[in-house]
Amino acid sequence: MEVAKDRLTAAAFEELAMPLFDQLYNFAHWLTKERSEAEDLVQETYAKALRGLTSFQPGTNFRAWMYRILRNTFLTSRTGLKMGASVPLDADDAPEIPSSAGTPESIFIDKSQEHLLQTAIDELPLHFREVLLLCDVEEMSYQEIADTLSIPIGTVMSRLSRARRALRELLQKKLGR
Amino acid sequence: MADEFTARLDAYLDGELPSSEMKAIDAHVRGCPPCATDVLIRVQMKRATQSAGKRYNPSSEFRQRIQQKLLKQPRPWVGRAWMAVSAVLATLLVATLLSWYIGGQRLGQDQAFSEVADLHVAALASPNTVDVASSDRHTVKPWFQGKIPFTFNLPELQNTEFTLVGGRMAYLGQAPGAELIFQVRKHYVSVFIFQEHAAPALRSGSGVRKHVSFNYETWTEGGLRYIAIGDTTGEDISKLAELLKAAAKS
Repeated sequence: MEVAKDRLTAAAFEELAMPLFDQLYNFAHWLTKERSEAEDLVQETYAKALRGLTSFQPGTNFRAWMYRILRNTFLTSRTGLKMGASVPLDADDAPEIPSSAGTPESIFIDKSQEHLLQTAIDELPLHFREVLLLCDVEEMSYQEIADTLSIPIGTVMSRLSRARRALRELLQKKLGR
Repeated sequence: MADEFTARLDAYLDGELPSSEMKAIDAHVRGCPPCATDVLIRVQMKRATQSAGKRYNPSSEFRQRIQQKLLKQPRPWVGRAWMAVSAVLATLLVATLLSWYIGGQRLGQDQAFSEVADLHVAALASPNTVDVASSDRHTVKPWFQGKIPFTFNLPELQNTEFTLVGGRMAYLGQAPGAELIFQVRKHYVSVFIFQEHAAPALRSGSGVRKHVSFNYETWTEGGLRYIAIGDTTGEDISKLAELLKAAAKS
């Protein structure tokens, strides 16, 4: 979703931003874990984006820009701060903890276990949850995720891999395997 | 190393590796059952996460609220354009109002002076130019007692070119006033005196001005509006005005 290099007008903003509404809300709800707070976050995101239209660089990724505003707004919100939303300094460099929860073969899940998976996603640390959601749910490219989270692509790749492993381990625990 | 490999495996499934690496991993997975199983699980997890992750939907009320707010929000470029248009419109409005106001004032003033000029001409055209004919100011002034709701002073005209002809009643805007007629050489000058509020359209100006070829000067003193008008020179009008002003202050 790259925007032409001419000036982004408010009318164009509305056309670009409203189709992202459902996705942004979903992401906001995953971050805040609460409906009213998610609504406040989305509302604040749209208001900030509209106010800061001039700061948007035409030719860059609009979706990533919107998600970045939402995420930054969340990180500086009371809920975000309370959740300790900052990423641990060693999160992407820490040595891998050997998994003791069985092999990957043991975690085939079906549709009936979706709620279990949702609970597991919910329990992931924020920095894992967001990268996982941006990739698998929002289907962002690594570059878009890097733009959104303001991290290098290499970090996106390693963090995503760790997030998936963490999710699998959580599921294995929940499935008692 | 295992970490790096799984990260590459994930990138492979996410379609984020260069095509040469994609082909290499593809070839490896085909010939490695454990890796093929791992890839299968990862694909299944990715799909399950995709489905489970689409968990929350905004309410239609919330969507409407945001849309209304977006539409209500002043758009930067529209706002700037609107501000510019507003500024131009405001300037035009002020200019128009000012023009109307000044035009209205001027029109009112012109009408008032026309009326005063008519009174002057009517008096001179009348067979009885004055109601009280006297060159004695001590005769003319008392004649107005009980006829007008104010009093005034008349100047001493000795050693001047001016002669007091007499006085008569005058009405301007339905308010009673005094009309004093003076002669200077062969010219007659009317001096009207009204209460200031009786002629709100009249504005004092600096010196003698012209209206339909008459010279006139108007001023206020002690709550009274004076208008001296005649076909004599502006200098005569000005001198008479000075005499009257001095008398009013005495």
